[in-house]
Formats: sequence, structure tokens, C-alpha cells
Amino acid sequence: MKMTGAKALVKSLEKEGVKHIFGYPGGRLISVHHELHESKKIQHLLMRHEQVAAHAADAYARATGKVGVCMATSGPGATNLVTGIANAYMDSIPMVAITAQVGSMDIGTDAFQEADITGITLPIVKHSYLVKDATEIPRIVKEAFFIASTGRPGPVLIDLPSDMSMSQIEYDENAEMNLPGYKPTFKGHARQVKTAAKMILASLQPVIYAGGGVILSNAASELTNLAHITRIPVTVTLMGKGAIPETDELSLGMLGMHGTAYANHAISNSDLIIAIGARFDDRVTGKLSTFAPNAKIIHIDVDPAEIGKNVKVDVPIVGDAKQVLTELNKQLAEDMAKVKPLPWAAWHDQIVAWKKKHPLAYKSNGDLLPQYVIEQIYEATKNLDAVITTGVGQHQMWAAQFVKTLKPRTFISSGGLGTMGFGVPSALGAQVGRPDAVVFDIDGDGSFQMVSQDMATAAAYDLPVNICILNNQWLGMVRQWQELFWDKRYAYTDLTPGMPDFMKLAEAYGAEGIRITKPEEVRPAIERAIKSKKPCILEFVILGEQGVFPMVPPGKGLQDMIYDQPEPKKGGAK
Amino acid sequence: MRHTVSALVENKPGVLVRIAGLFARRGFNIESLAVGQTEKPSISRMTIVVDVADRPLEQVSKQLNKLINVLKVSDLKASEAVERELSLFKVSAKPETRAEVIEIVDIFRAKIVDASRDELIIEATGTEDKIAAIENMLAPYGIREMSRTGKIALARGGKKTE
Repeated sequence: MKMTGAKALVKSLEKEGVKHIFGYPGGRLISVHHELHESKKIQHLLMRHEQVAAHAADAYARATGKVGVCMATSGPGATNLVTGIANAYMDSIPMVAITAQVGSMDIGTDAFQEADITGITLPIVKHSYLVKDATEIPRIVKEAFFIASTGRPGPVLIDLPSDMSMSQIEYDENAEMNLPGYKPTFKGHARQVKTAAKMILASLQPVIYAGGGVILSNAASELTNLAHITRIPVTVTLMGKGAIPETDELSLGMLGMHGTAYANHAISNSDLIIAIGARFDDRVTGKLSTFAPNAKIIHIDVDPAEIGKNVKVDVPIVGDAKQVLTELNKQLAEDMAKVKPLPWAAWHDQIVAWKKKHPLAYKSNGDLLPQYVIEQIYEATKNLDAVITTGVGQHQMWAAQFVKTLKPRTFISSGGLGTMGFGVPSALGAQVGRPDAVVFDIDGDGSFQMVSQDMATAAAYDLPVNICILNNQWLGMVRQWQELFWDKRYAYTDLTPGMPDFMKLAEAYGAEGIRITKPEEVRPAIERAIKSKKPCILEFVILGEQGVFPMVPPGKGLQDMIYDQPEPKKGGAK
Repeated sequence: MRHTVSALVENKPGVLVRIAGLFARRGFNIESLAVGQTEKPSISRMTIVVDVADRPLEQVSKQLNKLINVLKVSDLKASEAVERELSLFKVSAKPETRAEVIEIVDIFRAKIVDASRDELIIEATGTEDKIAAIENMLAPYGIREMSRTGKIALARGGKKTE
């Protein structure tokens, strides 16, 4: 069948089962949008900024488990995707980014809207293609989706010169992949699994440390089983939220810099850490030399390069979390039928004591506090089919602490890259992927203002996202560091000057605007937003100088945590 | 410690920059790098010499293995591999010193590949040590220019270089 390269691209995307593309047109991309317009299988969503398109595709992938697709034109369109691609790369999110490029003959001439996007993105993609022969488009698309979604997932870029999309080609429906160098390991080594089981049953203070890999490989139920079979407590990373219901008695919540005191104590005092789909990031370990000094480590990960990267591992198991956990659970059940019950009562008692001594809490004084707002969002949505997304900053960490995530793919946040402005796009992407879900974006006034233009997208597609701005009029996380570690010199973190009227902004975009200033207004406002079929902006005018605690100061060990939420301050520096 | 990394890669545009970029991103300095086709035209071999400690090298070779176009990576130990380098020296050789220079060429089983009134171009192959030795010997006569290929290597015996 003869057709243009652009049409071949659209057909190939349809063949991959793509239902949604988040994109933005431009000169060199017109031919592709021209064909997309005629597709009956794919809906193209016109965003208001390419960065938002990339983040939305990323969050769509997180919410659905499918590959997210974003698209932008050459030059500035492509470079605007870069932050979104980097974000997906850091959190191992399956994404295909398609960029237009100037014509093949013009590449390298500094042509209008030319950018070497394959070069620019080299360190932040799992793989990339520059199309040099339009007949290869079907094969390249097939490979791109396969690479993005298998092994350790990640973003793949396809750069399509405009003459490639416009040339006539013979469409090869049965194009085959040719990836001799790509062979991810799925099945864990059987002997290693046995060794791990033995080590687990010989430990006295074990902890499971679950990361985003558990979510990515859809292994939450296997992980929860592992915990239940063995009664080993589980702490999760920001990316791992949802690996086990956080209401489970074995759940310790999140660990690390703003993790719970009991999770950090458990890790620091453990004699065995079972790490699954996690990468011992610095925000998790604190100072590496004092991290879990007495613990042996079992590390299950699909990426062999993660094993031994930051910490020394005793039992490495390279493989897909779901498959390895299935095998490990089987092995443990077998072994436990033979071995005496484990003497873990003392360890459990110790953890209960830590939970009692340092609960996750905050002191209420009648002010509107962010933690209270988030608790109420959780309470109002816990029995619904709900997805929580976040921006980046204090609000994100409070959300990680006070939203008890019950199911995988329902807590969506920018972890590795920590990208401010992720909240709105991720709410949009999640809502597109999960149209029936109630979506709440827990956002900050700073984070929101980076992407507020895309409220237009919410309005255009009737996406009933609920954008909750916890407005403390600060770049709060930086302000907190300035307060604690930089002599209270609040350099350039005060957002009061120029603070927009968010209610007018809501009105301008045809969204519902609700401003909340008192604790008793919180719940009714949330309920009203849930019922509303329109996009909502909820502005919570919260106490300005609230900090996120517990906190492990940067460069310190998990043992050196600052536990307590200080007395909420009145007024503050302003 | 110096390592010789041998990588089999798909012979495709852009592969070299992916590999070089990876070394740069992880903070390694490439001392030499040689690329050429193998017995299969679709596959190239890269021989990369880097100076690193053992543990980060393991990290780099794992990261290299993750590149889609990389088929195989191995860390060749000098004792288990044949390593060669080719170098060209343009040496000043006036009539009064020419005989001495030719004698050095003979000692090292090198070759004269170009001659002019005052200069010779000498081709030498061998291990790095041998190249260093001949360079040292030729230096007093005046090395005008020098060009080296960087090291290439294959595992010894029946073992495949994988």
C-alpha cells in the first residue's frame, strides 16, 4: 500500500494500540497532524505547551500502564519536550516522544527551527531514532514501543525529518524488529531466589524496601503477598507508593529525607533489606556511609546496572519484579513449611514502639494547615476511584506523607527529576487515561504557576481535574532549607509580589474556583469539587511558614533525623 | 588502573557518540578509542582504553550493555589478549643521522614508508610499551609529527573476544 511517511507513522501508532497523543503542531509537523486528524482510533489532545504534553504523556503512562505518546514540532517544540523526557527517564516511565525535524538535506545547516534533538536528548532517553529512510517508519515505531515498555522502561525519541513524513512509501504492515543488542532479563536466577529465601528466614530484623519498579511491573499484589506470607514490614519510596496499601499494618509509609521516623528507624536498625525495584537514591539513603550499617541486602531489579551502583549487595537478583516475587513467594512458602516460625515478635514490637513514639503527625492550632488539607483530600477520596497527582515541593512531600496510597498507579509524582510544574499536566494525563476516575492534583502556588496556561486544555476537553493549590505564597521547600540551613535569608523565594488572583484565573478558564481559608471549609469544598463535572481550582490559603517534618538534613544519615514539626508559627517573615 | 574495553556494536550512525557520551557523562576520560568493522560488516568493534578504578568500570560496562546498539562488552586483561597499536612517526633524518635512524627502525622491526631529503616516515606496530620505546629512541633525532591509531585487541587462543 502506497502512502506518505506521515500516514505510515499514524498507521503504525494505531497498530501499537495508541489511543491518545498529547501534542502541539508546528510547521514541520503539519503533515503528521494532517493525517492524525483523519484517524478514527487516535485522539490528539492539543496542549498549550510542549512540556505539558510530555508530562501529560508521562502521567498517562503511570496511570494506565500503557506507553504515553507526545509529539512536537522541530526546534523549539522539540526542546520544550526535553524536561518532560528527562522526567520520564529518571522515573523509568514508558514514553514515546515524536519530534519533527527539518528536511534531511537541511540537517546541519542551522535551518529555521532546527535543533539536534537526538543529540540534545542523548543522555535522557533509553533510545532514539533519527529517521533516514521513510520505509523504516513502521519498524522504528514498533521497536520504539517495545524498547520503551520492556525491561526497565523509559522514553524513546523518534525524530522525523519533514521530507521523510512527506515522501511516498510502500507501507510494510508486517515490519519486523531488529534489535540484536536488546535482551532484558525477566526471570530471576533460580539459585539466587533460593539463597534470598534462606537469607530472609535467617534474619531477625528484616525490612522490605519497595520502589517504583514494583508499580511498573504490576507487582503490587505479589509484593503485598510477600509481606503477608512473611509478616515483614514494608517501606516504600515516593515512586513505590501503592506497592502495598498504606493502611496495612505492615506498612511503614515512605522512607528517606521526608519519610516517617519509624520507616527510617526500621531501615537503620535492620539486619536485612529486601530492595525491590528501587535504586538506593540519595533522597532515600541519606549519607551512604551510615546507611543501614548492619544490614545485608537482597536487591531485585530488572536493570543490572542498578545492582551495586550505590550500595554493596549481598544477593543480587536481576529480573522483572513480578516474576521474581512470584518465584520468591513460592520458595518462601515451601521453606516456611519446613522451618520453625520466625522469631520476629521483638522486631514487630520495636516497630510498634517507634510508631507510637514518633507518629506521623502535626500540631493543630486553628490555622489552615497543609497537612490537614491533604488528610481531608485523602479522607474524601479513599473510597472512590481516585488518582492523586502532585507538583514538586513541600506540598508534594506532605502529600507523600498524608495521602495513604491504597492501590498502585493512583499516586503520581515526579520523583527522580523533581520537576516543578508536573502537577497540572499529570492531572490532565491521568484524567485522559482514566476518564472515570476522580483526579486531584495537590499542587503548590509556585509549581502551579509554571504551567497554569494548560487550564485551557482542561477546559477544551472538559477534563474535570481538581487542582488544589496549597498557597503559602512561598517557594516553600527552598524557604524551609533557607530557614534551617541558610541563616533565614529568604532570597528570592517570596512569591507574594505578583501573586495572581486564582479565582479570577479559574473564571478566565471557565473552571470552578473555590477559595478556602478556614479548616471547616475544607471538606465541603473538596466534596463540591468531586461532584462538579468541570475543572476546579481549589485555592487553600495555608499558613505560610509550615515545614515538612520529619526531615533528614541533606548530607546526614537517616539516624540524624529532625523529628518534630515545630509549633506552627503565626505571621512569619513577611 | 588502565583497562582495555572491547565492545561489539551495531555498525550504525550515531553509535560512537552514544558510547563516547556515556563515558563523558559518567566522568571517564577515554585515552584511546579505535573503531572498525569486524568479520561481519553489520558489526563494528570498538576498543576503548580508559583509566579507572575497578568498581566504576563495572558500572560503565553495565551502562554500555544497556545501550540498544551495543551487543557485547568485555574488559580485556593484557595477559589474556593480544594488543596492538599502529603509529606513524615523521622523523628528521639528515644524511649524517639517517643511518642511525634506519638502525633503530630495524631493531624495532618497524618500516620506512616514506622518505624525503630530510625526513622519513616510519611505521611501527606493537604494544604500547614498544611504541613508547621507539618513540623514546627516535626523539633525539627530532620527531616532527606523530599519529597513533589507539589500541586494538583480541582475546588469545580459542576464546572469542566477547
